[in-house]
Amino acid sequence: MALAIGCRAKPGKSRDNKTGSWRVFKPIFNHEKCSQCGLCQTICPEGCIHEEEEGFLNPDYTYCKGCGLCSEECPSEAIEMKQEEK
Amino acid sequence: MVDKAIELFDCGHRACGGCGAALAARLVMKGAGKNTIVVSATGCMEVFSTPYPETAWKVPWIHSLFENASAVASGIEASLKMQGREEKVVIMAGDGATFDIGMICISGAFERGHDFTYICYDNEAYMNTGIQRSGATPYDASTTTSPSGSCSFGNKLPKKDMPQILAAHGAPYVATASIAYPADLMQKIEKAVRTKGPCYVQVHAPCCTGWGFEGEQTIAIAKLAIETGLWVNYEMVDGKVSKVKKVVRKPVEEYLKTQKRFRHLFKPTRQDAEIAHIQSIADKNAEKYGIDIKLKKE
Amino acid sequence: MMEITEGSHAVAEAVRLCRPQVIAAYPITPQTHIVEALADMVANCKLDADYITVDSEFSALSACLGASAAGSRTYSATTSQGLALMFEVCFNVAGMRLPIVMSITNRALGAPLSIWNDQQDSISLRDSGWIQFYAEDNQEATDLHIIAYRVAEDFSILLPAFVCFDGFILSHTYEPIDILSQEDVDKFLPKFTPYQRLDAADPISFGMYATPDYYLEFRYETDCALKRAKGVIQKVGKEFGTMFGRDYSALVEGYRLDDAETAIVAMGSICGTVKDAIDEMRDAGKKVGLLKIRVFRPFPDDEIAQALSKVQRVAVLDKDISLGSKGAVALEVRDALYKTGIPVKGYILGLGGRDVRKKDIKEIVSLVEKGIGDQFFGLRKELL
Ligand SMILES: Cc1ncc(C[n+]2csc(CCOP(=O)(O)OP(=O)(O)O)c2C)c(N)n1
Ligand code: SF4
Ligand code: SF4
Ligand SMILES: [Mg+2]
Repeated sequence: MALAIGCRAKPGKSRDNKTGSWRVFKPIFNHEKCSQCGLCQTICPEGCIHEEEEGFLNPDYTYCKGCGLCSEECPSEAIEMKQEEK
Repeated sequence: MVDKAIELFDCGHRACGGCGAALAARLVMKGAGKNTIVVSATGCMEVFSTPYPETAWKVPWIHSLFENASAVASGIEASLKMQGREEKVVIMAGDGATFDIGMICISGAFERGHDFTYICYDNEAYMNTGIQRSGATPYDASTTTSPSGSCSFGNKLPKKDMPQILAAHGAPYVATASIAYPADLMQKIEKAVRTKGPCYVQVHAPCCTGWGFEGEQTIAIAKLAIETGLWVNYEMVDGKVSKVKKVVRKPVEEYLKTQKRFRHLFKPTRQDAEIAHIQSIADKNAEKYGIDIKLKKE
Repeated sequence: MMEITEGSHAVAEAVRLCRPQVIAAYPITPQTHIVEALADMVANCKLDADYITVDSEFSALSACLGASAAGSRTYSATTSQGLALMFEVCFNVAGMRLPIVMSITNRALGAPLSIWNDQQDSISLRDSGWIQFYAEDNQEATDLHIIAYRVAEDFSILLPAFVCFDGFILSHTYEPIDILSQEDVDKFLPKFTPYQRLDAADPISFGMYATPDYYLEFRYETDCALKRAKGVIQKVGKEFGTMFGRDYSALVEGYRLDDAETAIVAMGSICGTVKDAIDEMRDAGKKVGLLKIRVFRPFPDDEIAQALSKVQRVAVLDKDISLGSKGAVALEVRDALYKTGIPVKGYILGLGGRDVRKKDIKEIVSLVEKGIGDQFFGLRKELL
């Protein structure tokens, strides 16, 4: 790949870096407890939590670093951190 | 109104898990919207988001140096004006870039009145270079250049009052915000970006690595900063404080205890005088901004 | 149109004709007359530009950097301490490949503080990636600005350029100057088209950092672009000559060099004095010639080797010194001539505005004939 003049890049390239491999703990989302408030989606520093069809939220494990912030802040205690199995 | 559902700061960036600055980047961009040109200063946010060619920015973004972001933004704004273009210019700089090394450029740019929004994500030290103190480091915080030791309680200097300094430049809109209150933060950014002239928003962005706490605590700690009065969320319109977040205050100890950078105040022995001094800083903040909610006695 | 004009004003006129859209500059002697003249043009609607009255030279070049990245033709001017304050930004602008043009009214660097001429300031930035032009007189200084934009903005180059002319000696001197018309300059220098720009409609990240996997190649590419500038300067300089009768295609220019036994190499206004001295020496039967370096970056090594291939010895005049080593120009000329074995001696002179006269040049010629050189010239022995 030729270098881009001025050390420049187009958007989208950070996605090549799959930060999910950093994870030690994995957030498990319990949709039965979830009130669909969307707080986790707002506060995830990775922006990797997405709304699925029925309004439930799920993280994209390709990028989730397992920081635990969503689990800590979830008002319904619907997200549990579990040791990652590798 | 900008569409806050749009993600303009992408996955795959290299911030530590639970990084307050990374969350700030996401939220700021939601508030600013996609018609924005971002100017970054050297620092954690720049480094974790743009190792060539893996950029996390979906808006036009530029980085030049550590200390010149506001001058670069001045030039961009002038150029846009000459071209008759409508994009908004937003600066994203750390506290070191803002409080310390960028001061001359910032002062000049605010004086000239360029139409931009300057956002300082304040993690209260130079994190990118290994947690050295800055003008934003709070009193008694231990950093690698203000370490606590047998004859030191850490950083001896008070936090510089940047919002007031910039308000004194005539900035039409100055605000403080916190990643702990995302809706308020996004709203303030949107307001700043909409306001003509040079606006300033200082965003409290706890750094788990530099302050010494687990990444899952980032928001809890940011909230405690506000609940203890050590960080005050307010707005200043034309130099006058117009909106302040009020709290039922907790003792500062509850905040200090959560972070390794203040551990020397409790171990090996409790430093009552130092804690009392920090409490007095919070008390002064509370008085100055009138943040206390008085509970009625039953 | 011929006008008797101060050098600085002639340069300001040339800059105006280039239609910069954003100007950011900070006053410093002896650059002030240029930026004052431009401010006056903007204030009187003779130039449609945004003129940013910055807080420092550091901000001046940073603002130009931003404006250039956003898609505008930009201009700044400085010298000496101001250029030193821009040091960090200079490297940045070149690495980001932004075609900013900046005038340097060459002046000494403190300490001791001196407002007078030498070329230490721009020479000290020789490693920064900027194209460096040096003018002998004000006509050349004026023309080179127009050429500089063409070269800098060429998509095969995309590098910033200094147009250097000696502080006071040229900047404050009145000479008859041919000021081109707007129509002519517009024909020569097209409207600015950025190679890439910050634009919400087509976002890019610009000025990212490079890991060790990429950095070396970025530096290599910038070096290649700077070297490519040689060819573009020759082409553009020739075109200028065809259109306006003054040919700047040569990176180096010989004066009475054809049969010369001794060659003097110099840059800037000193070349005028050297030419006069050569005429007198020629009249006295001495075979002396001058090789004037107009473009110092990219360094015209092959051109120098070729131009000097027949001389017996070379004296290089440096209005600068790489302290602890030698004059920068002498070092590079010696490198260019290494394979030929022609002896090269360097002379550090004229620093901080010390006058250089014809008799000094003649004395240097007799020194180089004796093989004496690589030394300061013109020291006042009574002070040492
Ligand atoms: C002129 C200059 N001095 C020093 C540095 C080294 N440096 C890079 S980032 C940085 C600290 C950044 O601190 P801050 O602005 O608070 O951002 P943070 O990394 O904390 O997010 C320093 C000192 C530099 N890049 N340039
Ligand atoms: S664990 Fe952290 S990174 Fe993963 S989804 Fe939750 S907040 Fe996002
Ligand atoms: S060191 Fe702090 S600011 Fe830097 S990426 Fe890590 S958590 Fe974020
Ligand atoms: Mg910081």
